[in-house]
Amino acid sequence: MRREGSALSGVGTVVLKELADNLTSTRMRLLEVLIFITGAGAAYSTIGAVRDQISEYPFVFLLIFTSAHEPLPSFVAFLGFLIPIVAISLGFDSVNSEFNRRTMSRILAQPIYRDALLIGKFLAGLVTLTVVLSALWLLVIGLGILLLGLPPSTDEVLRGFAFLVAAIAYGGVWLALAMLFSVIFRSAATAALAGLAVWLMFAFFWEMVVPIVTMAVAPPDPFDPFSALRTIDIGMDISRISPNTLFSEATLAFLSPTTRALGPVLSSQVQGAIRGAPLPLADSLAMVWPQLTALLASVILLFVITYVLFQRQEVRA
Amino acid sequence: MSDPIIVTERLTKVYGGAIAVDHLDLAIDQGEVFGLLGPNGAGKTTTILMMLGLTEPTSGRARVAGFDPLRQPLEVKRRVGYMPDQVGFYDNLSGVVNLRYTARLAGIAAHEIDGRIERALQRVGLASAGGKAVKIYSRGMRQRLAIAEILMKQASVAILDEPTGGLDPQATREFLELIRSLKHDGMTILLSSHLLDLVQSVCDRVALFNAGKLGLIGRVNDLLREVLGGSHVIRVEAEGRDLDRAIAAVPGVKSVAVDGGLFRVEAIDDLRPQIARAIVEADGSLTTIAAGHASLEDVYNRYFEGVRDAA
Repeated sequence: MRREGSALSGVGTVVLKELADNLTSTRMRLLEVLIFITGAGAAYSTIGAVRDQISEYPFVFLLIFTSAHEPLPSFVAFLGFLIPIVAISLGFDSVNSEFNRRTMSRILAQPIYRDALLIGKFLAGLVTLTVVLSALWLLVIGLGILLLGLPPSTDEVLRGFAFLVAAIAYGGVWLALAMLFSVIFRSAATAALAGLAVWLMFAFFWEMVVPIVTMAVAPPDPFDPFSALRTIDIGMDISRISPNTLFSEATLAFLSPTTRALGPVLSSQVQGAIRGAPLPLADSLAMVWPQLTALLASVILLFVITYVLFQRQEVRA
Repeated sequence: MSDPIIVTERLTKVYGGAIAVDHLDLAIDQGEVFGLLGPNGAGKTTTILMMLGLTEPTSGRARVAGFDPLRQPLEVKRRVGYMPDQVGFYDNLSGVVNLRYTARLAGIAAHEIDGRIERALQRVGLASAGGKAVKIYSRGMRQRLAIAEILMKQASVAILDEPTGGLDPQATREFLELIRSLKHDGMTILLSSHLLDLVQSVCDRVALFNAGKLGLIGRVNDLLREVLGGSHVIRVEAEGRDLDRAIAAVPGVKSVAVDGGLFRVEAIDDLRPQIARAIVEADGSLTTIAAGHASLEDVYNRYFEGVRDAA
């Protein structure tokens, strides 16, 4: 049976309203302050260390993102940590709050489809995320120009931009997950906790889980040297279930141009390669193309599940 | 008379194994105030949601303003204003901003929005409160804001779910007055309520619901006459011994219910003089005797008692 009328009518209105809500909410203010202070702090503290390497390394600018300066972790590590929290806080109450405020049936009684509400809310979250991350990215680059006293090269800008895109996709995964929980759980607190639980699992426990599972699934055979290689490969695949792994591999490839491979490399494979020579951006991109695709695919998959569940939900509270 | 604006044909909704609405046939005419009455859980809200296309019927079909809510929900929702039970707004936004959001969702032209909102708020008496955040609104103000939303949409049909729920008597009276003025404008109004007596005064026709089934449908006065058999209710306040027996002995009295010194007498005619005489003759002291009018509540109880007994 076909429905008449566009599923997208009203999306723009929902996006604008949600965007206004997101950007003016106290919750968002707090997170922005947090992320700006920590991000800028991490970048600032590393710049001093980076300055010494200006003459030795062709991609000094990218070091601002990646180098850690004790006791602070690198800017990238900070983002890997903070983006999920921002994304979860943007999405965890997006659908259930409409029910709890009893606005859902009134809004859905307007001439729009449910699709418009969900798509609008997701897009607004994504735009908010993009605005925050872009602002932060520009801030760090600006700080770099001021403190290092030299402009970034085109290649550095492009690599930095690719990193920004990967960061937004990574945030999208967590946003979609948070929205999924906001559809499943009627209580916003439960949805937030469920989102944080998944984040905690991938951020802290996944590294411990992976070797255990790997050893159980594919234990290396001591008489077959290639089985050890297989074990490592499987271990990496399991590890890549975590969006955190996908994100950190993508950032590694973009921000450390000398990275030639993400898995184990045999000596036969590096024959003829110049040690420490950077890869062109296109090759770095090709190396992590699967990671980027996987991040996008996770966003789409989670959104589709959310969409189906939301369509089947009863409107009455 | 023109074609009915809302029609349902054997509309049925089953949740899990429970039947919420059972083969409902309704036809509501343009411009009338129609009451969907019944206790909580009788299937009123489910019926309304099916009319709006917000819930899919298990079987049967509905037609609202000439459109099928299942296939053409946008057309239906463009013409119908809906005020849900315990309506909610975005608390941190003002009444005007809330309405502006729904106006945009409703696809009202941008240059018309502010004028329409202003007129709608004026009409419901919220002109001065429109700029304030909804969180300071009272229950009655929220309800009126919901009516303003319907007015702003210029809907030809208003569906109000439990419109007087949680209102104090004063707010209820004002609200019913507002409904009357909407009817005066020619709007078709479908309202649901479990407070039967309240809506008795505003509804042209009512449908009595119980457990998903339509019991009775018709004009309030017709129902009173049909179900109660044109009986008169007389309320008596008196003191004395065995007065209930004395009243019951009066020819024409059908039943007497006692509650302390209060007697509720059902009779075939206005037997006030005869009853008064009987009380005096039985040495009772009569303080009040008044002809009460039968209410929908009586109709409802009588009718569904009969249904239960038959089952």
